[in-house]
Amino acid sequence: MSFQRQLDWPSKTGSFAVRRSAMQTAICLLFIVWSNQEITAQISPHSEASGQGHQTTSQKPAGSLADNRLAWPAAADVKRVLLMQDYNTRIVLWGTTTLGLAAGITGTFLLLRKRSLLGDVVGHASLPGVAIAFLIMELREPQSGKWLPGLLIGASISGIAGMVSTVIIRSCTRIKEDAALAITLGAFYGLGIVLFTIIQKLPTGSQAGLGNFIYGNTATITQSEVDLIWRVAIVAIVAAGLLFKEFGLLCFDEQFASSQGWPVVLLDLILMGLVVAVCVIGLRSVGLLLVVALLIIPAASARFWTEKLSHMTFCAAVIGVVSCYVGAVSSALFSRLAAGAVIVLTGSVMFCASLCFGTRRGVLLRWYTRRRLNQRIATQQLLLAIFETVETALLPNPQQALTDVTVTLEDLLPKRSWTAKQLRRSLHEAQKAQYLASHPGRGHRLTAQGGRAAHRAARNHRLWELYLLQHADVAPGHVDRDADRIEQILDPEIISGLESALFKKYPQMAAS
Amino acid sequence: MFTEIQHGLSAWGSFDTWIVITAALAAMACALPGVFLVLRQQSMMGDALSHTVLPGIVLAFLMSYGLRNAEWISPSTQLATLPLFLFGGAVVLGVVSAMLTEFVQRLGHVESSAALGVVFTSLFAFGLLLIRLKADSVHIDPDCVLYGNVETVKLGVAGVPRATAMVGSLLVVNLTLVLLFYKELTISAFDPSLATTLGIRARIMHYALMATTAATLVAAFESVGSILVITMLVAPAATASLLTDRLPIRLVVTLAIAFITALVGHAMALTLPALVFSRLGFPEIKDASTAGMMAVVAGMLFILAMFFAPRHGMISKGLGQTRLAFRLACHDQLRALYQAERKTSLGATVEATAWTKTQGFILHYLATWSLILSQQIARTAKGHKLTSRGKRAIEQIITNVSDDTST
Repeated sequence: MSFQRQLDWPSKTGSFAVRRSAMQTAICLLFIVWSNQEITAQISPHSEASGQGHQTTSQKPAGSLADNRLAWPAAADVKRVLLMQDYNTRIVLWGTTTLGLAAGITGTFLLLRKRSLLGDVVGHASLPGVAIAFLIMELREPQSGKWLPGLLIGASISGIAGMVSTVIIRSCTRIKEDAALAITLGAFYGLGIVLFTIIQKLPTGSQAGLGNFIYGNTATITQSEVDLIWRVAIVAIVAAGLLFKEFGLLCFDEQFASSQGWPVVLLDLILMGLVVAVCVIGLRSVGLLLVVALLIIPAASARFWTEKLSHMTFCAAVIGVVSCYVGAVSSALFSRLAAGAVIVLTGSVMFCASLCFGTRRGVLLRWYTRRRLNQRIATQQLLLAIFETVETALLPNPQQALTDVTVTLEDLLPKRSWTAKQLRRSLHEAQKAQYLASHPGRGHRLTAQGGRAAHRAARNHRLWELYLLQHADVAPGHVDRDADRIEQILDPEIISGLESALFKKYPQMAAS
Repeated sequence: MFTEIQHGLSAWGSFDTWIVITAALAAMACALPGVFLVLRQQSMMGDALSHTVLPGIVLAFLMSYGLRNAEWISPSTQLATLPLFLFGGAVVLGVVSAMLTEFVQRLGHVESSAALGVVFTSLFAFGLLLIRLKADSVHIDPDCVLYGNVETVKLGVAGVPRATAMVGSLLVVNLTLVLLFYKELTISAFDPSLATTLGIRARIMHYALMATTAATLVAAFESVGSILVITMLVAPAATASLLTDRLPIRLVVTLAIAFITALVGHAMALTLPALVFSRLGFPEIKDASTAGMMAVVAGMLFILAMFFAPRHGMISKGLGQTRLAFRLACHDQLRALYQAERKTSLGATVEATAWTKTQGFILHYLATWSLILSQQIARTAKGHKLTSRGKRAIEQIITNVSDDTST
């Protein structure tokens, strides 16, 4: 039926010239995705009502129907949604944000245990449990197969079974974690499919919609599910609070925990039980995709902001809640946005932002620190090279000072393995730091400040060299050839001993 | 019971043969790149790709209709090339998702499974949103475009079903690629830095493998369905890795296991449900999903290998450990008797050594019995004593141990 509508897409070729090029293909794609407004007018209203976006916006005036794709909602609608005056919005908001909170907290530990994809596996592994629970209940009493608690218990049991089997496969064979997860997922999901095809052929007739019955949708969340989510979230928070230290120990050093006498297996089971609880209830209320995403994305984003477990847990919970809130609100305001997908995409945006701007492991921060370090090393090396050049030049006439000698680019170039471009940049940096003064046409000269810095760099560098020669057996790990901190790291006696050796080797260094 | 199985299999026709052949070819085609994915610890790629191809398909669909509406291609060409478009879009998105995962992992120092999780959930959500936003009135059923069904193979030209020809050519292509690049693939899977020093671009090999895998998976999704593909990518390779240590043999074993899985899976799908459910009072149940049953069989074969594999199986490992513990228990007992004898220096008899907590009493008594049987110790009224044979044995052990520690 819908192909027909597709055929009626009005041609928009008039708006841009017809030139067949690769560029135009791309433009065309963008054009179709973002700006084709006519299609909206043809969307039948029933498609909004069916499924994902829950509609709270009031009916638009008929005139604006043609271009209301993602049109801004009226202020009254915004207020109503933000104040959660609609029952539906309120339920969805409470349900998803609470789930985001619980999933953020449990996901943190999951991420640190390097088991992020376990949520995915548990979600798939719960399928046969649902089928078996249904079959058992049907066999005991026909037409009673869809008793929800029974189905949820079945899902939890088979989810736990799937999780335990990955742990067994990983710890008892040479198979790695990833393959263990994939095999469990495939085998359990396959079993689930087998059982579901069988259930479909059962003559009882009560199996209709069983799949949808257990696999939920964000927009169709109900009050009873929200209540269940609340309970799971409270259990997760209380358990994480009470066992915080133990879980942390488990995540960072399992061997140490077991050597200290902690019941590691029991703790692991409690943690994984929390994950299964979050997964199963999330599966029922919001669907598999959202649960998996909520278990992974907030925790992975939080990792960029902090190195402390408590901060990370808090941060993941906040990110989970915020992405759920933003997703649910925007799906309420813009009826065409599916809540689940928008929540995941909000989370992805927050992940990207954390990846870039995170204050502990963010890319920009790391890039900046590395750049600063490189610059410092480059300046240090430049000063050393200049010092060496000047030193040789001064040997015949020792009464001159370091600052009296001019060095050129050509002098310095063979001293280190740098290119002319790199050297020029370092020279520029050193000039900016007022270590060097430029004399056009002749080259560069050290300033008084630069002379001191160069002397100091050369001294430290050479002291470290001597230290390596004489005391390498003591602690070669101490050596930090470019560091200024030689006084802080080594004993004064060692330094004075090294210095006398240094002055014996380079008498000119004692003079200046 | 056997009559029931016979009855189930008696309906086997040429159609079933084609199902098995298609599934087996698809399984083998997936299992080949799977061997290298398992080696590189990227097994979850299959599951992730089965999600990430969705936005690719939607975008390709929209692009195809966009080209048609822009009157760059005629409606008939558009309809004819649509499957090609969808396939291309899916493959492109598969490669893009692999690259994105790699990128996030490298750039953000994110753990690999977390990076995969972030990327595939985001891309899938993007695809869902795209369907809602753009293609609401268009019938794109991802289940239908994306996930074929092995049970619905249709006979195509020259009596060979289209899906069979498709996965068959996939297998041929993959086999050729693996044979051509065997050395490069192996080295870059085991030791990427060595590969780089040898002049093999490990990065390029990685992306090439990802692209091949993505293309294989998408084509196989369309022919036999996602569940079979996800499982067959990993399970045969993992089972084979338990059975053998050498990569060439592992490749052959993987192919064999993939074939067996397909055959047994279909046979079980025809027989097992009737067997179980007729006893539970549902004689209507005749068969079940073939693809699902093949996944179950793959899992069962893996469990079998997990227990009974010759060297890496749990049973042979457990036996080896028990044997070692038993030998140590014997040595401990001989040593205890020897030390007691030297301490007393008078009598040759000492009390039987008590069993220690580390050994457990079962091992202790077993060791005692075996030592008595091999005449290394003898029973006396008060306990046990070393025979001359036992003394020689323990002295030899002690010299060996002291030799070991001195060297």
